[in-house]
Amino acid sequence: MQELNDSLNSLIARAQADIEQSNNLAELDAVRVAFLGKKGELTEQLKGLGNMSAEARPAAGQAINRAKQQVQTALEARKNALEDADLAAQLEAEAVDVSLPGRGQPTGSVHPVTRTLQRIEAIFAGGGFTVAQGPEIEDDFHNFTALNFPPDHPARAMHDTFFFADGHVLRTHTSPVQVRAIKSQGVPIRIIAPGRVYRCDSDQTHTPMFHQVEGLVIDENVSFANLKAVMHDFVEAFFERDMQMRFRPSYFPFTEPSAEMDILSESGKWLEIGGCGMVHPNVLTSAGVDPEKYTGYAFGMGVERMAMLRYGVDDLRLFFDNDLRFLKQFA
Amino acid sequence: MKLSEQWLREWVNPQGDTRALADQLTMAGLEVDGVEPCAPPLDGVVVGKVLEKVQHPNADRLSVCKVDIGAAEPLQIVCGAANVYAGGVFPVATVGSTLPGELKIKRSKLRGEESRGMLCSGVELGISESADGLLELSQDLTVGDPVATALRLDDHVIELDLTPNRADCFSVLGVARDVAAINALEFSEPEIRPVPATSDVTHDVSIAPQDGCPAFAGRVIRAIDPAAQTPLWMSERLRRAGIRPLHPVVDVTNYVMLELGQPMHAYDLGKLNGAVAARLAREGEKLTLLDGQEVVLDSNVMVIADDSGPVGMAGIMGGQSTAVGDGTTDIFLESAFFTPQVIAGRARRFGLHTDASLRFERGVDFSGQVRAVERATALILDIAGGSAGPVTDARDTAALPKRVAVELRREQLSRLLGIKIPDDEVHAIFVRLGFAVEAGAAGWLVTPTAARFDIEIEADLIEEVVRVHGYDRVPDIRLQGAALLAAASESAVPVARAGNLLRDRGYSEAITYSFVDPGLQSLLLGEARELTLANPISADQSVMRRSLLPGLLSAARSNRKRQQNRIRLFESGSIFRLQDNEIIEENSISAVAWGRVLPEHWDDVGGGGSHSSRPADFFDIKSDVDALLRLAGSAEKLDYVASEHPALRPGRTARIERDGEVIGWLGELHPRVARRLGIAGGPVLFELQVDRALSARLPEYKGLSRFPSVRRDLAVIVADAITAGEIVAEVKQAAGDLLKDLSVFDVYRGDSIEKGLKSVALGLILQETSRTLTDLEVDGVINAVIQRLSSKLNASIRE
Repeated sequence: MQELNDSLNSLIARAQADIEQSNNLAELDAVRVAFLGKKGELTEQLKGLGNMSAEARPAAGQAINRAKQQVQTALEARKNALEDADLAAQLEAEAVDVSLPGRGQPTGSVHPVTRTLQRIEAIFAGGGFTVAQGPEIEDDFHNFTALNFPPDHPARAMHDTFFFADGHVLRTHTSPVQVRAIKSQGVPIRIIAPGRVYRCDSDQTHTPMFHQVEGLVIDENVSFANLKAVMHDFVEAFFERDMQMRFRPSYFPFTEPSAEMDILSESGKWLEIGGCGMVHPNVLTSAGVDPEKYTGYAFGMGVERMAMLRYGVDDLRLFFDNDLRFLKQFA
Repeated sequence: MKLSEQWLREWVNPQGDTRALADQLTMAGLEVDGVEPCAPPLDGVVVGKVLEKVQHPNADRLSVCKVDIGAAEPLQIVCGAANVYAGGVFPVATVGSTLPGELKIKRSKLRGEESRGMLCSGVELGISESADGLLELSQDLTVGDPVATALRLDDHVIELDLTPNRADCFSVLGVARDVAAINALEFSEPEIRPVPATSDVTHDVSIAPQDGCPAFAGRVIRAIDPAAQTPLWMSERLRRAGIRPLHPVVDVTNYVMLELGQPMHAYDLGKLNGAVAARLAREGEKLTLLDGQEVVLDSNVMVIADDSGPVGMAGIMGGQSTAVGDGTTDIFLESAFFTPQVIAGRARRFGLHTDASLRFERGVDFSGQVRAVERATALILDIAGGSAGPVTDARDTAALPKRVAVELRREQLSRLLGIKIPDDEVHAIFVRLGFAVEAGAAGWLVTPTAARFDIEIEADLIEEVVRVHGYDRVPDIRLQGAALLAAASESAVPVARAGNLLRDRGYSEAITYSFVDPGLQSLLLGEARELTLANPISADQSVMRRSLLPGLLSAARSNRKRQQNRIRLFESGSIFRLQDNEIIEENSISAVAWGRVLPEHWDDVGGGGSHSSRPADFFDIKSDVDALLRLAGSAEKLDYVASEHPALRPGRTARIERDGEVIGWLGELHPRVARRLGIAGGPVLFELQVDRALSARLPEYKGLSRFPSVRRDLAVIVADAITAGEIVAEVKQAAGDLLKDLSVFDVYRGDSIEKGLKSVALGLILQETSRTLTDLEVDGVINAVIQRLSSKLNASIRE
């Protein structure tokens, strides 16, 4: 028995040495055949069991099987190692330069004015405001008369209006949507009306077309204090920081009291962002709303102004130059 | 309006510095546009008295002066001004001082004579625009005092940007009243004493109460000194208000206007022909205005006329023929009230914008005409002497604006503001504003002053209360109330969604002007009646766009000029057209793609990028259109029909229809149009009518089949002119409900196909929901398809 064990041990040692020395799967397989194949050394050993005595056979069989297992384990381990090395070599060969650009259509961009409008709409949507629309070519009634601008009123002169020969105008503000929305939706109402507006004025700080967002809330007991709160909440939501704000008396024919809204910039300057006020009773009456029962507030903001403050754009005219180098900064 | 802080503070002097005052004005609704020092710093410029003047020995035009500036020794100063004289008092810029324009005063020699300083004009000191020699100062000043102190140049000019409702603040008086009210300071209007008449000369006046001139106060002053000069204190105040001194009489009328808000006019009495009358002009009457402009009048304009015709445009500008001038000795003063209705818009119609028209069209205190005449008389007599006649006050009280009591209800005040303001504060605010106030049952009855044209209803009073109380003292209070839930319609794809899709597919959003060049528009869209602006900014922005294409193509072209060679732009917005004289406004969405289909790439020629360097073509952009239209629901019932469009290339133009309704266009730019626009290459464009293209259908669920589908491919040979659309339509007809999907996977023309024919390869996916299809069934469908294609399109099967 001792003799068998010695010979198995030396066989295992030889097998292990051969396995270690095989450099690829083919060599490894040759080692397997040499030891475990049909005529392999261990297979031969097992065949030799038949010649042993019945008493010696079980122990010898166990020893040979143990040896076989050891060789198999060593073969398996070596096989895994060789396969890993092969894969590693392949992966290395097929590596790419990950810093090279990807392929396909790059994304474009949404105009900063649209982006700003969408944010404003989203903020007010959270407060239950819905979006209302109106035509850009307006009649004199909706653009002026219904908003309490009498004919020849100096406030009309301040509007630098574009006219058509038939008396229509390009709306000078989004406020006409107030009148249309009240008529179509009735009260209580809570809307914003974003859109293009036009003034016959063009220089460094004026473009003949720009965007406004109008807001209107009418309900029982809506107050000036409510107006201040909603505008303050809005600017803090829009700029995502605490904001100091001031309201100062102003004049719009369609609100009374009226106010201009300023925000305090980080550099400590007051910047005007829009106008607002309590809806003038004449406007309510002309839209068929009883001013004794209902009160309301309205506000209007320049969208380009808000976009400039938000994104640091320093030239209004860039918004309408449509220079891709500018547009693409607002993905 | 420009306002001297010093002048204002003479009337009312609140605590705090200039900045505090400016903030206060802004917060009271009198927006301060700017605050400027009234003069440059004039350190080292002092009051000097010329003791002696001798002719310069070497220069005809120079004199050598000995000037006392309060120092031990008089200074020798060489001077070139003609009006220098011994005994005169003038500003002296001493050696070491710096005048505006970085002019450093040094000790120097002028033609051999030493000069130690400079005698100065108003221009040199930066306090006047033009000068006729040295600025002569009052003999009362103390020699050696800084000129800045002597002329009270420690002043600021506050520029107010007044809203149209605050006509009352176009005067020191009006602003002072508001400042006093805000600061709760006592304020009483300065007393203006009547100037007794020293002659009985009057000039007849007639008013036009019904037509817009219900009050006209006039006064004759005779024998004024034609050589009189406007005193420096007055011309300084005018200058600080932005008004150029002209003539003592004119300066006084302007001064009174600034002080009291009443525009005035002075006529040269000797040039008037008979009585003056306010009346509407007659059609075609002519008048040469003070500025030399001749205007042709109509019955919409009020004039002041004498027997010879109009001598002034009432409340706007006087006439040249009766203007006060250098030789004038006798004058007639006009201090009238013209209603805002008769002035509004008139000045603008004639391209005029005057201090008078600005005030009258917004409303002038109709009780202040005589007061202004008295004030002006006193000033003129002071400056130029003369003898004043009695005041003529033509006035029709019934035709003057009314000031009726307006009720302010306590409850409405707090309802509208959201806060309670104590009764006594409300009462005090009205009193301080000069309003008559009475306690009423529910609040107050308030009658505004004649200077206020903006107090007609309760809301106006509420604004006054909160304005004086302070807008900033109203707290933020969030609106309470039921949430208003918004509808979330699925009947239309939001335009923002469509924009995001295009953005994600590589397009950048443009916003172009809604008015375009009519030439470009008709080139791209053909002739049509345009919606033309009556007053465009320029000819190339004069018609409303009928399509987004003109703007987008222009934007694409400018980008190309800026070296962008791969351009993808889109826009959504309104387009406009006339239909039976009605203005139609529709939403449109449009895009242009120009240049390579994909950006330059390191793998352009290998791998998956083999096509990325070619220009984007019709089919690239068609997939974008398809993607957009898919947002609205199924692609079924969508047709691309070969068609023609003025902007698009024949043979590569599709009219897009859904259910037979035109929803848009897609195509390559017409090469002829491209040549006219001076651009190369073929941009591909599309435009969709938003309401029709993006009106959405609700997705409708159909059950999924658990059974396998079968694919059969067919290659059919048809005439070249037969479109894929036609083939697909016939296949769908023949295959019926079992056809789940159909693809066109190859189109081939070439050697193995007869000329004039093409091979179109189709992949049909067939499936039944309730069982597995048998080969027999599939063969049946395919045979039906083949037969239909053969009979309808004369197609054969390519084996």
